[in-house]
Parts: sequence; C-alpha cells; structure tokens
Amino acid sequence: MKKLINDPADVVVEALRGMAAAHPGLRVDLENRVVFRGDAPVQGKVGLVSGGGSGHEPMHGGFVGRGMLDAACAGEVFTSPVPDQMVVATEGVDGGAGVLHIVKNYTGDVMNFDMAAELTTAKTGVEVQAVVVDDDVAVQDSLYTAGRRGVGTTVLLEKIVGAAAEQGRSLAEVAGVARKVNERGRSMGMALTSCTVPAAGRPTFDLPDDEMEIGIGIHGEPGRRRVPIAPAKEIAEMLVEPILADADFTSEPVICFVNGMGASPLLELYLMYGEVATLLERAGVRIARSLVGPYITSLDMAGCSVTLLRADDDLLGLWDAPVDTPGLRWGA
Amino acid sequence: MTTQDQLSAWVREFARQVTEHRDELTALDSAIGDADHGANMARGMGAVVEALDANPPATAGALFKQVGMTLVSKVGGASGPLYGTLFLRFGTAAGEVTELEAAGFAKAFRAGLEGVVARGRPEAGDKTMYDALAPALDALDESLDGGASLGDALRAASAAADAGRDATIPMLARKGRASYLGERSVGHQDPGATSVALLVAAAAATLG
Repeated sequence: MKKLINDPADVVVEALRGMAAAHPGLRVDLENRVVFRGDAPVQGKVGLVSGGGSGHEPMHGGFVGRGMLDAACAGEVFTSPVPDQMVVATEGVDGGAGVLHIVKNYTGDVMNFDMAAELTTAKTGVEVQAVVVDDDVAVQDSLYTAGRRGVGTTVLLEKIVGAAAEQGRSLAEVAGVARKVNERGRSMGMALTSCTVPAAGRPTFDLPDDEMEIGIGIHGEPGRRRVPIAPAKEIAEMLVEPILADADFTSEPVICFVNGMGASPLLELYLMYGEVATLLERAGVRIARSLVGPYITSLDMAGCSVTLLRADDDLLGLWDAPVDTPGLRWGA
Repeated sequence: MTTQDQLSAWVREFARQVTEHRDELTALDSAIGDADHGANMARGMGAVVEALDANPPATAGALFKQVGMTLVSKVGGASGPLYGTLFLRFGTAAGEVTELEAAGFAKAFRAGLEGVVARGRPEAGDKTMYDALAPALDALDESLDGGASLGDALRAASAAADAGRDATIPMLARKGRASYLGERSVGHQDPGATSVALLVAAAAATLG
C-alpha cells in the first residue's frame, strides 16, 4: 500500500483537519467529525444534513456550503457515522424550519439516521424528515435484497435540494423535491481496479489486468458481473443500456453526470462522456446539463459511473442556482 | 434469579468472547459483507466494559441502557443500531431492579428481540442475527415453561442459537450488504448470527 497517510487509524480526522485549514468558510467539529456551514444555523431555512462513510470525497463534506448542505457527518472509511454525530449535526443546523436528512440506501446508514432522528426529536422537538436515495440499477430492487444502493444521484440531489432550501421552501416542499429527484435519477458504475481501504492495507478484491467489474457500488464490493476489458465505446453501452432499460428518459431533458471513481483521470472521463452523449443522442435522449469529474468516489478505485436525471424546468432552475462549496461552485 | 453482579458478568463475558473471536467474525464478514464486524463489535464491547468500570450502574435497567447507548455510539454500521436497540429494550423491560427472576429475564430478552425486529425488520431465513436469536429465545421460553432452571434453560437456548447460526450457512441473504451478492452469499455463515450465539453462550456461562 502506497498512500499519503500517517497512521491508517487517523486518516479521517486528519483529512478533516486539512479541510478545515483549506476552507476557513466551513466550521469543522473535529471531535464529532461534522463539517458545518460557517454560518449555520441559517434562521428560517430548512437545514440539510447528510453523511456516510468516508472514502467518497468530495461527497459529503465537500458539498457543505451556501446552496447545498448545511452539515455532513463523516464516518470511518466505508462505515456509517453513528447517531451521536447526526444529532450534533441536526441540532447545529436547525434554524427553526426543520431539518432534512439525506441518506444513501445502505442498511447501516438508514438505521443510524433513523435512530438519530428519533433521538433529536425526543430531545429538542426539531422536526426531522428523511429521504433515502436508491438509484443504482445494478442492484435488483426486490424483497430479496436490501434494495438499490444510493450512488451518483446523491450528488445531483444534494445540489438541487440545497438550492430549494436556500430559496426558503418549506420542509415538506424541500423533502418533495428530494423524493422527486430520487425517483427520476438512475446510475450504473464500473471498476477497472479495486480500491485499498487504509486500515486493510491491500486491495479489497483482486481484478486481473485484462478484466473489469460491471455494476459495482462505491465500497469496493464486487459488481454484477466480471467481463474482459473492452474499449470505452463498449463500456459506455454496458452502463447506459441498463439505465435506459430501467426508466424513460426521452419525455424530458436530462442532467448527464459522468463520475470518476477516484483514480481515473479527467482525460478518460471526458472521453467516456463523449461516448455516453453519442449513445444518448441515438436513443432520443436530450442532454440539458452535464457534470463530469470525481464527485462520488471509492477511494483509489479506477473506473466510472453514469447517472441520468430526468429534469423539468423547476429542477433545471434549481441546478443552475448559485452554489458555493469546496466540491461544486458556480454563480457564487 | 439473577443478581446485578451476574448481569454485569454476562456483559463482561460477552465482551471477552467477542474479543477472542474478533478475527473469526471479521473473516466471516469479509466473505459476504464489509469485513468489519469483529473489529466493530470488539471496539464497542471494549467501550462498554470501560464504561462499566468507570460508572457501575445500580440497576438492571441502567446497566443495559448504558450498554445499548455505548454500542449505538461506538459501533456504527448496522450492528451498532441493532445490538444497541436489543440492549436498550432489554433494559427498559427489565426495569429499575437489582434482581431478575427467570421469567423476567426471558421477557426482557424477548423485548430486546422485538427491538431488533422493529429496527431491521428481519424475517426467519433472511440470514441475519435473527436466525440465531429467535430460536434461542423460543428454546429459553419453552424450557422455563417446562420447569427448567434458568441455567438449564440458557444452556438449551445456547444450543438453539448455535444450531440457528449453523443453519445460516446454506441461506441466501436477503438483508444488509450480503444481499447484494445474491446467490454468492450461499455457503457462508452469517457473522451477526455468529456474534449472537456468543451472546447467548455468555449468558449460559454466567447466569443461573
């Protein structure tokens, strides 16, 4: 393992310390591992709290700031944060208009946020709602699984819902926008290499040089199937086809997001975006907005994911609204 | 009849067994999960023992609530809320007493199981901790109803937990991260059912 670290046990807290130093506009609670907007709580605004295991940077801490999240809780690498952290975050962003928890659909994340909502409401009476993101078409959504995983749509959702909260919409309205984004977003990912969790010290799975995993999540877990390595053109088909087979994307324009898993350079991500755009045009899907880059990563994994979000005028307006965070910044 | 000291001894014995079996639990979790069950449970139960040493609770209710809150705060993942809820509900049902009759113990343990069900909504055969815990508590009730002592009933419960744990091997996982593997989860013993079997074995070793 070659990594820019000191002791593997200190990776998360030392990275948060660096974030605090690099972004003085944020307030970082190192003891509770929560990243806050510097001006939180914003009076009269719905507070947005997200969080999850570390290792997906810039998500979620890098999406804290005006026009996006009010706070993000950082768990250990690939492990859900605990309710205590979420209670601190929820209390710290309550500006009197309620708090929305944005939760990715993993058993641990869902249960810990669930407990945190119960504890905070019992303690302070703050109204808390939660939206669970489950957009990964690689997982069959059935009674026989924990349901689809929350992946790429989470990034688009945090941006769009952040803008809705910034406009002063009510908790019910903001939660409604969040559910709408989740219903309209779908993702599919692939890996060229595994990733190495610092505490483990070696790659999570072995992937020979001439093979790749299709349908991976964001925790180095194995995918839907392992296939021989193929040209980008064919990889794009393997990602786009299952998304288009799962939902209709022709009735309204889409936001098209090509995400890097951590180790794939922008050169390759833009090449992939070109292939994806060609496929979408052929399928009659109109792209209204795009996002290309590593925004929801899996440590040092090489590979990418594609997310499509069917967007109406309201969602596009919210997407275009100003945002000022370490990870996403425009119009600010 | 179990005393406050015996109940504390149960908790400490569970901590000892989890630590002793840490690598085994992690290896089981590597196969079908995310390779952290042993480390997380050992860290959580280590914190539980530290809290017991620093602040010994006066009643059964206080003891198990402290255990539950510590696990919720320290473990994370799915095991933290599930084990945390088990002990919190156990403590609430036990109440502010310093001794528990066998029937009261069994009732409190069942309240813990009901907490696990409310939190994770497992069903029999999903390949989870429920598959060891539910048969264990059924055996406990049945033995006590038949007039067995708490010690004998707990030994029967421990045997039932072990059998339930072993029965998870051929199951197809339908909850948690293992469920993403589908057919590939078959043939592996569930780590949560394994740690629950340790919990019941620890009870048989220290109570009654």
